[in-house]
Amino acid sequence: MVSNGTEAVRTESLVRHYKLGQSIIRAIDGVSLTIKKGDFTALLGASGSGKSTLMNLIAGLDHPTSGSIVVEGKELAKLESGQLAQYRRHTVGMVFQSFNLVPTMTLVENVELPMRFAEVDRGERRTRVEEALRSVGLSGRLEHRPSEMSGGEQQRAALARALVNRPKILLADEPTGNLDSKTGTEIMELIRGLNREIGMTVIIVTHERPLAERYANRLIFLGDGKLLGESANTPGGTQ
Amino acid sequence: MKAYDLMELAGRNLREAVLRNSLTTLGIGVGVASLVAMLSLGVGLQRLVSQQLGRSGLFDSIFVVSRQDMRNDRRQDVKPDEIKLLDDDARKRFQQISGVVEVYPDIRGMGEFRFAGPGQKEESYFTLMAGLPLSARRSDAFDDLQGNFFSGANAPEAIILNDFGRQLLGITAERGHFDDPLTNDQAKQLLGKEITLRYAERQSTGDQPAPQESADASGFSVVRKEQKLKIVGIVNAEPYGGGRGARSRVLVPMDFAESLNMIQPADLRSLMRSGQGKTYVALIVRVAKSTQVLGVEDAIKKQGYSTFSLLDASRNISRFFTFLDLFLGIFGSLALAVASLGIVNTLVMAILERRREIGIMKAIGASDGDVQKIFFCEAGSMGLLGGALGVLMGWLIGRVINFGTNIYLQRQDIKPENFWYVPLWLVAAALGFSIVVSLLAGLYPAARAARLDPVKALRHE
Repeated sequence: MVSNGTEAVRTESLVRHYKLGQSIIRAIDGVSLTIKKGDFTALLGASGSGKSTLMNLIAGLDHPTSGSIVVEGKELAKLESGQLAQYRRHTVGMVFQSFNLVPTMTLVENVELPMRFAEVDRGERRTRVEEALRSVGLSGRLEHRPSEMSGGEQQRAALARALVNRPKILLADEPTGNLDSKTGTEIMELIRGLNREIGMTVIIVTHERPLAERYANRLIFLGDGKLLGESANTPGGTQ
Repeated sequence: MKAYDLMELAGRNLREAVLRNSLTTLGIGVGVASLVAMLSLGVGLQRLVSQQLGRSGLFDSIFVVSRQDMRNDRRQDVKPDEIKLLDDDARKRFQQISGVVEVYPDIRGMGEFRFAGPGQKEESYFTLMAGLPLSARRSDAFDDLQGNFFSGANAPEAIILNDFGRQLLGITAERGHFDDPLTNDQAKQLLGKEITLRYAERQSTGDQPAPQESADASGFSVVRKEQKLKIVGIVNAEPYGGGRGARSRVLVPMDFAESLNMIQPADLRSLMRSGQGKTYVALIVRVAKSTQVLGVEDAIKKQGYSTFSLLDASRNISRFFTFLDLFLGIFGSLALAVASLGIVNTLVMAILERRREIGIMKAIGASDGDVQKIFFCEAGSMGLLGGALGVLMGWLIGRVINFGTNIYLQRQDIKPENFWYVPLWLVAAALGFSIVVSLLAGLYPAARAARLDPVKALRHE
């Protein structure tokens, strides 16, 4: 499959089936879609609709059973495990609902961690960590561990970690799911800022339609592993 | 991932579960300590035996005789014109062989000794006397020397055996105490005193008939001579003794013994084989290292002489120690093998605990190889630390047991020795072995961690 230069993600008849005992779970069942560069896309669906599985496939954490998935010109289905790691380092950054910071590391160490795998020089790391933390509005308590920080601070740190290797696409899986509405909004504003200011492609997974409508310019609806529909959206204003 | 990042991550992971990792490391330490303790005992014993054998002088010496003196019937096939004489020329040739330190004749002959004990009249004693090179000073026979060693190679001095000393003093040792050293008082009565030696000197006559005693037209005459000797030392056993025929009870410096020109049994033989001049009964060739014995022996044999050395016996001893080391090593390694299971256990536990963390690392860009390397590095670090700890513990155990054993030996009136010896190669080998075993133990956990599915790992609570 050929992707043109304006496409960030393109899937064609994408299938991801899991075996659970004797039965087969059709988590993604023939999804074909396109996400343009610079789009703020929300994957919407109920629990079990396959939105997180699609997110993991785009993130290169999971392999499709069949079909094709091209992200930034790379056919992920054909990449070896080492190439996929390389892809995760440089092309996508991930933010999770439960933050997923390493609990035994300080905030700075957590943000620095992706650069260790990307073999960024030590001298440059510190600059990039500071830059990433500044962009998410975190400046104090840098030597604290995640357990000593609030949920909002942890998610800001996670966002800084996702940005530190300067990815092309930001993937956020229910980024406000564990936050109160005020903090959730702050995080979403940060993400919107990235999308608007540096044109970063953003894909978020959420089950909250109002949230999606407020921030995303494109909504994709999934149900039972299938693409139910998609629509353009005019995002709401800042709250 | 860069090496320092790998080390840092592995180090911080080890510090996070400090008690468990310390216990595992201690387990490896105990395993390495048992290996080091066992092997250092084997090495120490071997070193002790080699030192003793080396100092006995038996293993770096070659005994050379002329083939004409071999009385074995099977040697009758040696043709008379092939026979090489053991004369001064041969001695010089041997001296030039590479690795040879010294060549000296085996001089021993019967002498009459006259000595007057304190308050007693002079009496006569017959005994064997032997020449001794100055290099014999390093022999263990002189460890308990009473008095002094020879002051020079030509000094008219004698070192006597303790039982001869007792005989001179007219003392009879009690049963079971024949080998006991003389008391200080007894030694004082002998040391520094003069003893008169009477011996038969060989005087060369050339073609001129000698005017005195038993002369021969083509040989030599035998003259009775007297020489005063000063007793400088008393020893309990003849150095290099036992291996070279009859026991000599009076020892004199080698050059001095040669200058006496005592008549030797070979003189009579050479008298019968006319025209041979002065020959030696046997020459002793001493080499620098026992490993050179074989080569020098070959070179001498090629010159047409018969040789004998105790190298074969020493080879068997080193074979025995190789087996001993092997067995001690196997038993020592058992503890390390058990400890390596501890590493497997600790790392598998760590995978279970850090499952989510592994998932996070993979999500933010760690490859399977990176994860594998981190676990490998943790296993290797435990191996290195455990190895270092083990070498230290093994060394300490050795010191303590050596100390205890020597206290026991001293109570039994036995000279203390170093049974334990930890050479540098053992330290390096133990460290290397510990790291290799630890890395092998880390193979399975590291592979398992690397295979972990990041999606499942991230879902893990």
